[in-house]
Amino acid sequence: MVQLTLPKNSTINEGKAWPRPAGANNVREFRIYRWNPDDGANPHVDSYFIDLDDCGPMVLDALIKIKNEVDPSLTFRRSCREGICGSCAMNIDGSNTLACTKGIEDVKGAVKIYPLPHMEVIKDLVPDLTNFYAQHRSIEPWLKTATPEPEKEWLQSHSDREKLDGLYECILCACCSTSCPSYWWNGDRYLGPAVLLQAYRWLIDSRDEATGERLDNLEDPFRLYRCHTIMNCAQTCPKGLNPAKAIAEIKKMMVERRV
Amino acid sequence: MSMRTPLSRVRGLGSAREGTGHFWVQRLTGLALAVLTTAFIVLIVALAGRPYPDVARVLGNPFVALLMILMVGAGAWHMKIGMQVIIEDYLHGHAKLIAQIANSFFSVAVAVASALALLKLSFGV
Repeated sequence: MVQLTLPKNSTINEGKAWPRPAGANNVREFRIYRWNPDDGANPHVDSYFIDLDDCGPMVLDALIKIKNEVDPSLTFRRSCREGICGSCAMNIDGSNTLACTKGIEDVKGAVKIYPLPHMEVIKDLVPDLTNFYAQHRSIEPWLKTATPEPEKEWLQSHSDREKLDGLYECILCACCSTSCPSYWWNGDRYLGPAVLLQAYRWLIDSRDEATGERLDNLEDPFRLYRCHTIMNCAQTCPKGLNPAKAIAEIKKMMVERRV
Repeated sequence: MSMRTPLSRVRGLGSAREGTGHFWVQRLTGLALAVLTTAFIVLIVALAGRPYPDVARVLGNPFVALLMILMVGAGAWHMKIGMQVIIEDYLHGHAKLIAQIANSFFSVAVAVASALALLKLSFGV
């Protein structure tokens, strides 16, 4: 549902300013969204001051430094710290990206960090991705065949394999889906750019034998046709992919099979 | 709190198996309107400031009337689908249902009233 203002219990207040490091010359402010489900208080933005001469280059390095040395209660997801697991997706300096591949130097002034937009927050920078993962499960992201399995592997030509480039790299970090206004307003029914890109990845896989059935399941005013080519998804994807193009290709397949 | 599984909630009532028809017609009427609206603008510019009998005579020409009726039809259809998209985006629950009904009624009423006016002029009744 469209919400142009935050509900009362979600209004963000000014939080605590943590102490500056003593004797540091290259200090940068990090303004970070905090919300604790256990204290009953509204969300607030805390200010942390980090000596960049004593910190790694990426935003995730600063977050880990804050958690280790300043405030152990700061909560966020992270794992691979090299842009392949998608855990540290968050809103940094106004756009969704991975904290581990976003350079602190790429941000001017204070580094503002919020959780992925329009998702339920579990704590601090951790969004609830249950619905997002269930949507991915709903497109049945695996090879579906009726032909008896060959003795060795399913064969695929080089040119057919190339069609998966720009799709298989998606790490399901949810940056694109949570940047999409259509997903904000109708995320319960619209599958969103990430899941539709994944759906297209199986639609054009030459080895898959369930293309028509997959299209049937996507042909829906909400599941697919909420995409209005706003293009925030392609703009924000930290892997440089283009979910909007994948969605346009699905729409073309829908037309192709009936015109 | 619902105890349905997340997958059950996502699958919901299943796919509507439609939407492509509207997607296609929206582009088809868009293409038609690119031509028809141009004709309409040319006509309006040509008729601007002319007295009623002149206008009635021009619109009484079957070819002109046909173009204008086509424009009204394609325009109303395009408008109805476009508005439906906006309603589906921003309204939910009962408000959505009421808005969809109102949108359908309004679009048909506009189309029929405009067509009737054109026919009346065209047949000179």
